[in-house]
Amino acid sequence: MPSPLILVAAVLNGLMTGAVYALVALGLTLIYGVLHIINFAHGALLSAALFAAFFAYQILGLDPYLAVFVLAPVFFALGYALQRFVIGPAARGDERNMLLVTLGLSVFIENALLYAFRANTRTVEVSYAFKSIDLGFTFLAVPRLVSLAAVFAVAFVLWLIMALTDTGKAIRAVAKEKLGAELAGIDVAHVYALTFGLGTACVAIAACLLIPTYYVNPSAGNAFVPVAFTIVVLGGMGSVPGALIGGLVIGVVESLAGFFLGESLGEVGIFLIFILVLLVRPRGLFGSST
Amino acid sequence: MVEPLLSVEGISHRFGGLLAVDAASLWAPAGSITSLIGPNGAGKTTLFAVISGFLKPTAGRVRYGGEDVTGEPPHRLARRGMARTFQITKPFAGLSVRDNILIGAHLRHPARADALAVAETVARDVGLGELLDRPAHTMTAAARKRLELARALATEPKLLLLDEVLAGLNPSEIREVVPVIRALAGRGLAVVMIEHVMQAVMSLSAHVFVLAEGRIIAEGSPAHVTADPAVVEAYLGHGAAAKVGAHDVH
Amino acid sequence: MKGFLLIAIVVAAFAAVPLVVHSNVTLNFLVVALLIALAGQGWNVLGGYGGQYSFGHAAFFGTGAYVTAVLQMRYGVNAWIGFAAGIAAGSAVGAIVGTLAFRAGLRSSYFALVTLAFAEVLRILASVAPITGAGVGMLIKLDLRAQSFQFQSRALFYLVILALVAVALVTAQMLERSRFGAWLIAVRENEDAAMALGVDAFSIKLGAMVLSAAITAAAGGFYAQYFLFVDAGIAYGTWISIEALLTPVIGGVGTVFGPLVGALAAKSLGEGAKLVTGDVPGLDLMIYGAMLVLVIRFVPHGIVGAFADVSDRIKRRVLAARAPAREAVHG
Repeated sequence: MPSPLILVAAVLNGLMTGAVYALVALGLTLIYGVLHIINFAHGALLSAALFAAFFAYQILGLDPYLAVFVLAPVFFALGYALQRFVIGPAARGDERNMLLVTLGLSVFIENALLYAFRANTRTVEVSYAFKSIDLGFTFLAVPRLVSLAAVFAVAFVLWLIMALTDTGKAIRAVAKEKLGAELAGIDVAHVYALTFGLGTACVAIAACLLIPTYYVNPSAGNAFVPVAFTIVVLGGMGSVPGALIGGLVIGVVESLAGFFLGESLGEVGIFLIFILVLLVRPRGLFGSST
Repeated sequence: MVEPLLSVEGISHRFGGLLAVDAASLWAPAGSITSLIGPNGAGKTTLFAVISGFLKPTAGRVRYGGEDVTGEPPHRLARRGMARTFQITKPFAGLSVRDNILIGAHLRHPARADALAVAETVARDVGLGELLDRPAHTMTAAARKRLELARALATEPKLLLLDEVLAGLNPSEIREVVPVIRALAGRGLAVVMIEHVMQAVMSLSAHVFVLAEGRIIAEGSPAHVTADPAVVEAYLGHGAAAKVGAHDVH
Repeated sequence: MKGFLLIAIVVAAFAAVPLVVHSNVTLNFLVVALLIALAGQGWNVLGGYGGQYSFGHAAFFGTGAYVTAVLQMRYGVNAWIGFAAGIAAGSAVGAIVGTLAFRAGLRSSYFALVTLAFAEVLRILASVAPITGAGVGMLIKLDLRAQSFQFQSRALFYLVILALVAVALVTAQMLERSRFGAWLIAVRENEDAAMALGVDAFSIKLGAMVLSAAITAAAGGFYAQYFLFVDAGIAYGTWISIEALLTPVIGGVGTVFGPLVGALAAKSLGEGAKLVTGDVPGLDLMIYGAMLVLVIRFVPHGIVGAFADVSDRIKRRVLAARAPAREAVHG
């Protein structure tokens, strides 16, 4: 029987991994909640954001934690433009078309990155990458603690936007009742694009938090996709608290599973859980029942 | 006594906390038109969905042709000879009128040539003969209602459930469709229709059931139910019957 | 009958190519295009006619490829029998995935996700299981004899894949003329309305999934014999899931010739781009991704659909031009 302190350490580690998962899932679920589409380009956008964070550091010397404040707005604009000028006009409101268009974007972005930067894996070296806090029984990596804090900050800001601003109200109105919102004079195409922008900004923030301890290559973002999908489905498609809690839970489960079962089963395990969740509870744990 | 083709016995259906249909019973004999009327939101369409197998009832039984068919899936009920139309029309939008009706005709006619022949006959019967090659998504609301009817008829049903096939039609269109429905009963079909066009209900139906807030509150001949104070109240609100009665006296 | 005649003419024209063209490069290009067309025709049966968009047809392609290879190399089974078994195994995977997904009532995005997940699970399993050669992959022993499903001349390989494509074309044409096909299209257009008309939507979708999987598995089995090598990234890779859906989308979903036309168009563009910039990794898929978006934006019914739309418009214009003339006669 492992000592309880080691288990506590595994749980803490899981929470910190889960924080980044939650952030990626947050973007995905936000888009699903309003546009009712699964954004298959999410992983590719994460890869693109990782490259952006990498080059911001490598070329401009911008610290990843500072790059957040540049890349989040840039990716917000990118997401806005993608939805407004590419996905929206191409899909014309047809769900099957949206599936294909976001898949097409995903393939395009990933392979454009591959074409431009080749398959090489790159990393940044920041001074604090291996800094940690000694708790006596375990070490907490500083970058991962930052991630955990940042995720709660992002969730809080999102909540503020949704609850207090007119834009947030418009987004909620469109999510609930698109036609009604349209009749009330809300520009639905604009709201869709704003939401897609917010979801893409989440991805950029996740990339900046990841890059100090992670790596980048054209398919790096894909590693988070099945996990993020699982969290979104598990937490209830479109549910922001669901994504947050789901992300942390999955992080802990993965950490404990890795501890007890070994890492190799992890990847298949995530997919199997994902399939099971889809088959058994398509509405998720936090989704509404109607 | 001979059992009617369709008999619905104490059906209830609950959506979460809402009891949409509450122990409703009705029946429909072959060769006759039965109407189901009631105010909006009374649960008529929900009751149709239960009868046709799209919803499973919380309680009660649906008997059809002397058998308990409660909870059978829609396609199996269709094979037994039960056909329905949808209040909100559901055309196969990308297909032509001919191919829409063909889908229904295929139920009894596996060979394409036979099914096509049936589809064309049915289309002519309901007045869609001229529109056979039109894509369904380009049709007017009135034509879509006819298409619903034609597809259902192409399955060669014994029981036809019509959910507001007259709603949204103008008076001359109604005058064209009413004889078509009457002829169906004349051919021996049991027809059950949900209808708001009272003129049609009065002239077509042999028996009327009135549903309000999920319950059957009255039944009988059209003249009988429209004279029923409970029915007037259900439609016009509490106290309405007294007012209407008072008005009549003066 | 017109449809079958057209298929006969097209297939005959393709069959004549090796009589004129002897370049191995060209034949190789055509073999690969036809291979993708076959995989795409499988996707088209389920996605085009049935409206169920799978993002994981690699699950069937890979199973066809691996079973063909593993039975030969591990159990000494004849290649043709291995090929047939690969098709059967692919169909079985289709039946399992279809039963689970359709029983659970998964539609559109959810269906796409679950098919994608199944393909990924199979890819990971194939990359670790010893029987598939794990990460190294599996080589099929060179044995250039027809009874081993290997041929000296590329032209013979070409004719075999052409025959498979011909069977798939005839299958699609029969689908358009049959009750099963009519019901499948009805399910695509409106599942509730179809059920009300007596269509057993679950069985129809499942049947389409099995047929779809069988066709795509045949493409996988052929791949194994043609390249004599299979690994997890090829057989169960996302590239084939994407190409299988890309070809009918470009060519025209739910049309008999859509996948063939789409495969030729996609492969031509991909190869053309390679000629211009050299073979840089990612180039062809980058183009495919852009094509997917652009086609849906500007040619939503695909190439075949666009031709049909144009000919419809011409027909209507001709009819409209005649109509006043007829009125004049009556008047």
